[in-house]
Amino acid sequence: MSGHSTYEPKTGFERWLDTRLPIIRFMNDTALDFPTPKNLNYWWTFGGILALMLGIQIVTGIVLAMHYVPHVDYAFNSVERIRRDVNYGWLIQFMHANGASMFFLAVYVHIFRNLYYGSYKAPREVLWILGCVIYLLMIITAFMGYVLPWGQMSFHGAVVITNLIGALPVVGKSITTWLWGGFAVDDPTLNRFFSLHYLMPFVIAGVVILHIWALHVPGNNNPKGVDVKSKADTVPFHPYYTVKDGFAICVFLLMYATFVFYMPDVLGDAINYVKANPLVTPQHIVPEWYLLPFYAILRAVPNKLMGVILMFAAIAVLFILPWLDTSKVRSMRYRPTARLYLGIFFLACLVLGFCGANPPDQPILGHEPSGFMLLDADINSIVWLSRIGALYYFAYFLLVMPILGLTETPLPVPEGISEPVLSHPAAAPTGAAAAPEKRG
Amino acid sequence: MADTVVGATSDPHASGPHASGDDPSRRDFINIAAIAATVGAVGGLAWPLIDQMNPAGDTLALASIEFDLTKVEPGQQVVVKWRGKPLFVRHRTPAQIAAAVKDDHADLRDPQTDAERTKPGKAEWLILVGTCTHLGCVPTVGGGEYGGWFCPCHGSVYDTSGRIRKGPAPKNLEVPTYSFLSDTKIKVG
Repeated sequence: MSGHSTYEPKTGFERWLDTRLPIIRFMNDTALDFPTPKNLNYWWTFGGILALMLGIQIVTGIVLAMHYVPHVDYAFNSVERIRRDVNYGWLIQFMHANGASMFFLAVYVHIFRNLYYGSYKAPREVLWILGCVIYLLMIITAFMGYVLPWGQMSFHGAVVITNLIGALPVVGKSITTWLWGGFAVDDPTLNRFFSLHYLMPFVIAGVVILHIWALHVPGNNNPKGVDVKSKADTVPFHPYYTVKDGFAICVFLLMYATFVFYMPDVLGDAINYVKANPLVTPQHIVPEWYLLPFYAILRAVPNKLMGVILMFAAIAVLFILPWLDTSKVRSMRYRPTARLYLGIFFLACLVLGFCGANPPDQPILGHEPSGFMLLDADINSIVWLSRIGALYYFAYFLLVMPILGLTETPLPVPEGISEPVLSHPAAAPTGAAAAPEKRG
Repeated sequence: MADTVVGATSDPHASGPHASGDDPSRRDFINIAAIAATVGAVGGLAWPLIDQMNPAGDTLALASIEFDLTKVEPGQQVVVKWRGKPLFVRHRTPAQIAAAVKDDHADLRDPQTDAERTKPGKAEWLILVGTCTHLGCVPTVGGGEYGGWFCPCHGSVYDTSGRIRKGPAPKNLEVPTYSFLSDTKIKVG
């Protein structure tokens, strides 16, 4: 999409087509001959994995829709019928349900790779924001998809999440009624969730195309985080990265297949095998694992509206990340202090996930509360742990990122991708003038 | 500049871009009218597409139910489905009523007296929408330290009048619109 095209039509038909719809030229320039930094590591293969997962979800989803019945009386049974009676239905349904988890796993690796190597920084801000849009659409799609089997967790999860919007002052209640199409989560809600769940993946696919477009204007970032200087810094995408991506995809598929064939229900909740009953709430409502950290942030706040606002803010803050990080050095290979804070951030996300999976009043250490109440909750409780986690989550973006970029001294950054070893401080002689110390 | 504009509008034979066929005010009018008509048309089409998601006529038609109270013994609670949600019909004992009235002026998050939450002379009947005002779970009857309801999801505690006493819920359990058709029959909704 940028730079010179290397495509040369070989046959008469290709020449004829090239002057009318240069689609082969386009494919060649974007997928085969695209100049890619020569030092990309395996963390860069998750883009391809994600594209494949989206494809798998769409194909298995279209098949499932041929057998699924979006009606409160039949939805649960139709999913069971898919699993038991439809030819290979068990395989397709497990691929779809576990595929969602694999999709999120890959997207989290992809996001953390961005955070570590600073890929969101100029000139890739729009690329990053489009990625955030895709992530948000994925959350909405996954939530609506989880409602469709109409088990107990499907139903009460839908109740809790739609009630979040009811926390908004004045308009909250009418918006919830509008979303429900009634006075509670019921048949109209299930129908529209099915319709939108079918639509959303295609919207995601559209944004993915924009995402790839925005990638191909500045080109890939790379582990060193420095700009590509010349053709010597790059290799053509094919065969170098088609093969590397292909290998990573095979490994990823092995893990995916392990879940599908050997433990298809391990990531789900057993209570979702009980048909939805609006009159009985399960003892303990939890979302799927990939949304647990946000659920923990929601519950960390004693005020309903504030909890909802903070939960949405946890995603919204990602959108402005390129402007919160004041450091000009992209890769954290050269930012040891930042690396430490990012490590703690990763830990905080895991802690929040753990908190989201457990009841808020449960003690963290031992089986008894400490007996010491701090404000409204025992100090030895999940609530306080999630408050600490949530505090760090926001502090990382709003305090650490802006301040650290201005105060830290990064290690010497290499001049270019092909430049050797200036990256290692021990290898560079002290006071070497060649090392461009970039501060701020 | 002002002279030019005056000249352009008053002199029909003026030449240049402001000649009579190119009258700027008429052009603007056509543009604005076209944009306004488009916005109106899009807006007019958008509203049906948005409003179709609101409760349909048949959903609204099923919005009220009648219930025979003789089925509920004192101290008991019966749960019926109303508008897709659980409806609590609780037959309170005198002790439970007394406990609720005693706390009328306690430190309440959503202050309401017990009398405001029941019908005059029918204090033994407490009719509530059975969804926690936090995030819509169904509280269990008799739980919590006030003997009212306890929500298992996030730990909200309600008293025997359905008022919020502890936990994250912001409001009392909702009292739906209802009326007594006779001494033993109510109509809800």
